[in-house]
Amino acid sequence: MNFPLPDFFPASAEIFVLVMACVVLLADLFKSERQGWLPYLLTLATLAGALAIQVGTAGADTTLTFSGMFVDDRLSDVLKSCLYITVFAVVVYSRDYLMARGLERGEYYLLVLFATLGMQVMISANHFLTLYLGLELLSLAIYALVALDRESARSTEAAMKYFVLGALASGLLLYGMSMIYGATGTLEISAIARKLSDPATNMDVLRFGLVFLVAGLAFKIGVVPFHMWIPDVYHGAPTAITLLIGSAPKLAGFSMAIRLLVDGLPTLAVEWQQMLMMLAVLSIALGNVVAIAQTNVKRMLAYSTISHMGFMLLGLVSGVIELRASGDIQLSYAFGSAMFYTIAYVLMSAAAFGVLLLLTRAGVEAETLDDLKGLNRRSPWFAAVLMMVMFSMAGIPFFIGFFAKLAVLQAVVAAGYLYTAVFAVMLSLIGAFFYLRVVKLMYFDEPLDTAPLVASSEMRALLSVNALAIAVIGLMPQSLLTLCATALGQAMK
Amino acid sequence: MTDIPLLSLAIWLPIAGGLLVLASGDGRNTAFSKLIALVTALFGFLVTIPLYTGFDASSASMQFVELMPWVRDYNINYHLGVDGISMPFVILNSFITVLVVMAGWTVIEYKPSQYFAAFLIMSGLLNGIFSALDGILFYVFFEASLIPLYLVIGVWGGKNRVYAAFKFFLYTLLGSLLMLVALLYLFHKSGSFAILDWHREPLAMTAQSLIFWAFFASFAVKVPMWPVHTWLPDAHVEAPTGGSAVLAAIGLKLGAYGFLRFSLPIVPDAAQHFAPVVIGLSLIAVIYIGLVALAQTDMKKLVAYSSISHMGFVTLGFFIFNPLGIEGALVQMISHGFVSAAMFLCIGVLYDRMHTRNIADYGGVVNTMPKFAALFLLFAMANAGLPATSGFVGEFMVAMGAIQFNFWTGFAAATTLVLGAAYTLWMYKRVVFGDVANSHVAELDDINSREMLILGVLAVCTLAMGIWPQPVTEIMHATVNQLLDHVAAGKL
Repeated sequence: MNFPLPDFFPASAEIFVLVMACVVLLADLFKSERQGWLPYLLTLATLAGALAIQVGTAGADTTLTFSGMFVDDRLSDVLKSCLYITVFAVVVYSRDYLMARGLERGEYYLLVLFATLGMQVMISANHFLTLYLGLELLSLAIYALVALDRESARSTEAAMKYFVLGALASGLLLYGMSMIYGATGTLEISAIARKLSDPATNMDVLRFGLVFLVAGLAFKIGVVPFHMWIPDVYHGAPTAITLLIGSAPKLAGFSMAIRLLVDGLPTLAVEWQQMLMMLAVLSIALGNVVAIAQTNVKRMLAYSTISHMGFMLLGLVSGVIELRASGDIQLSYAFGSAMFYTIAYVLMSAAAFGVLLLLTRAGVEAETLDDLKGLNRRSPWFAAVLMMVMFSMAGIPFFIGFFAKLAVLQAVVAAGYLYTAVFAVMLSLIGAFFYLRVVKLMYFDEPLDTAPLVASSEMRALLSVNALAIAVIGLMPQSLLTLCATALGQAMK
Repeated sequence: MTDIPLLSLAIWLPIAGGLLVLASGDGRNTAFSKLIALVTALFGFLVTIPLYTGFDASSASMQFVELMPWVRDYNINYHLGVDGISMPFVILNSFITVLVVMAGWTVIEYKPSQYFAAFLIMSGLLNGIFSALDGILFYVFFEASLIPLYLVIGVWGGKNRVYAAFKFFLYTLLGSLLMLVALLYLFHKSGSFAILDWHREPLAMTAQSLIFWAFFASFAVKVPMWPVHTWLPDAHVEAPTGGSAVLAAIGLKLGAYGFLRFSLPIVPDAAQHFAPVVIGLSLIAVIYIGLVALAQTDMKKLVAYSSISHMGFVTLGFFIFNPLGIEGALVQMISHGFVSAAMFLCIGVLYDRMHTRNIADYGGVVNTMPKFAALFLLFAMANAGLPATSGFVGEFMVAMGAIQFNFWTGFAAATTLVLGAAYTLWMYKRVVFGDVANSHVAELDDINSREMLILGVLAVCTLAMGIWPQPVTEIMHATVNQLLDHVAAGKL
């Protein structure tokens, strides 16, 4: 039997991260007392190296390797580059917090790198099994990270809850995949898309499977009614881990939606867009309304995530998929708007949790709204940073969140869902209230705690860059929009 | 015509200056921050003067146009330009900013650099609103200008500032979000975000009606028209003096300007169809809110209600569709910019000394502050619409226009001259005349040279515009006539 060696080149970033994860493991084992910084620096070097490799090997072509299970295309290049940058920021923001709590151990870096690897694999999946593999690698690493603080009952409870519900969702996803396999006889995503036009394919089984796929996907990105885990896990996990969960995996979740639904089941778009529409509308409504009642910032941001993911889904719902005679698919601009929204959200979320981490010190958790009081007196610049994030999340210009909302709403109106657009903006108004409340606490109230902020200079610098990115991309969104558009291979009408 | 991008300078110079002031911090060198603020505000005003001197009054087209692609994917352009309607407001805004910076000079003690930065940034954003010719650019400035005022009210405001700041922000956001959907719909229809393209875009009556109400939601809240005016008295009362002055002088004009730039030309048929509704609401504002103003015991609230009543006059002037009405309303807007700012600054002068705005706490101020009393009288008269002050010109023109349109509309509108005189002069009498009411009034110092300068400059503007309004009205003729022809032609 002929067994050719697969082309490893397109997966070089993944291989690099895997090797480096093992190096970090060993380095952690053999490092001396004084070399406590070694795993930290190695992790950062890994992420920077992965970014360099990704950018260096990026090309316009789509390459399949590992017998069509793995794809390297522009979408994966862009999303993975964003992924490395995000995880890099996450690691820098988290270090002080973890050190102060005695959690800054080798396992953290190792698990973060494995989670990164999982997300890389998810983003490049061209096969249901690859996708599942990546997803599980990500999830298992995150279950462990949530429970990183073994002493904390709340973290352990959150991890258990996440694990049980996550396993259930994986089960749903796997069940859906098996149905689709039953109908089409293949697990390869592009092959499934081809099979759809075959009249012999059993559409009922396919639709049945689709329901489970959407449910699994909805759980992973956390939209109503599969959102139950989000507030508890965001709240229960140590803030540094919440930062990780709340940022990078959204990129992988977006790619999962694109790979499964748009690439895999394009002709079933009418069906899955109807389902996603329900999920999106419910998420926007519930996320914005329930967030008002929260007194814990982490829970508030959790509900805000739900509404943002709902908004992102609106972009997917509004997209039109056109099958060209050549077999290529032409996507309408709406998908690019969803991608722009996802990247914008990741930027904002990272900065928001970053400021929360900045406010914590040894023995002090900053997580209730009261902890934000009077931040303007303690640190005008970081109050301004969080203010920018909040206005951006509320969709007020000149920040990136405005253009993200504009792009999605434009797609929604173009798709003819005028009343959905009105509904979405009205709920954004409700959402604006709790973002404004954060600004109010920082600027209008007296501080309860006047201790100066303690943070490493690299964290301050990176957080500032993160905030400036929110403002600068908000002023000049063109290049990121183009990037998203070309990544998805779309054309404007 | 020069090639200097004057409008961009008018927008970005104050914003850049504001960021610089912000960066200078609130450490020991607040004098330095204040100096940067004042210099930037002055330069911001100076760059707008060539807009007037270089303006071609015979042309109705956009002048000083700047056009650059901004977001190509959505055909959004950085497209600026002014015509006879918008140009005066750019200058007015930059002018008021200088006065507001001076007014806050010694009064603001908590984080002065943030205070001045907020005003400078707001000034740039407001100039952006008046000069934007792209729907999204307009919207972006329109929304972004909420942020500084929200902070100004919330940080430096009075006792109930949090409530007022939230009410102000959410009320205005409600309207503008509906407008955003209308803008997106227009883009979807026409494939462009250029406001001038939308003026030409044919639209069916149903679409026009929906767009009209979406715009109405945004602009009526901003004007504010009865019954969505309730945020304004709260915002005015709680805002610091400078915030009230900018809000009254410029903030309220945004809604009225929006009607002229968007509602009338983009949906002319719907505007005509629904004009009776708008006229009715405007008359309610003029008469009912005028009566409400009579009953106020808080000076700032009184002036706030008087602003609503005056703005009712402006919307009335727009929707009677004749040149006298629209030009009169525009003159009224500019005049109100001077007079209401002056009224709030006068109240600020008293408040800085007495820390109360309650009319009952005053009496006999003329005995201790004669210079102030004289200036305050001038502004009170202008607010009441006395001839030879700027307040008279606009009110008279609109009343004439309204009588041409319909006698009883004109009759009802003209009651403002009675009501305005009643509430303003009665307040003036209670505060300024009579015997010295209490020991606090007896200890008052008259205005210092800084306050004298601010109020004096405003007094000159008020009188000059009242005696010789020609320089202001002549730049509007061409634009207003073109607008009216456009509205009369309709789109159906």
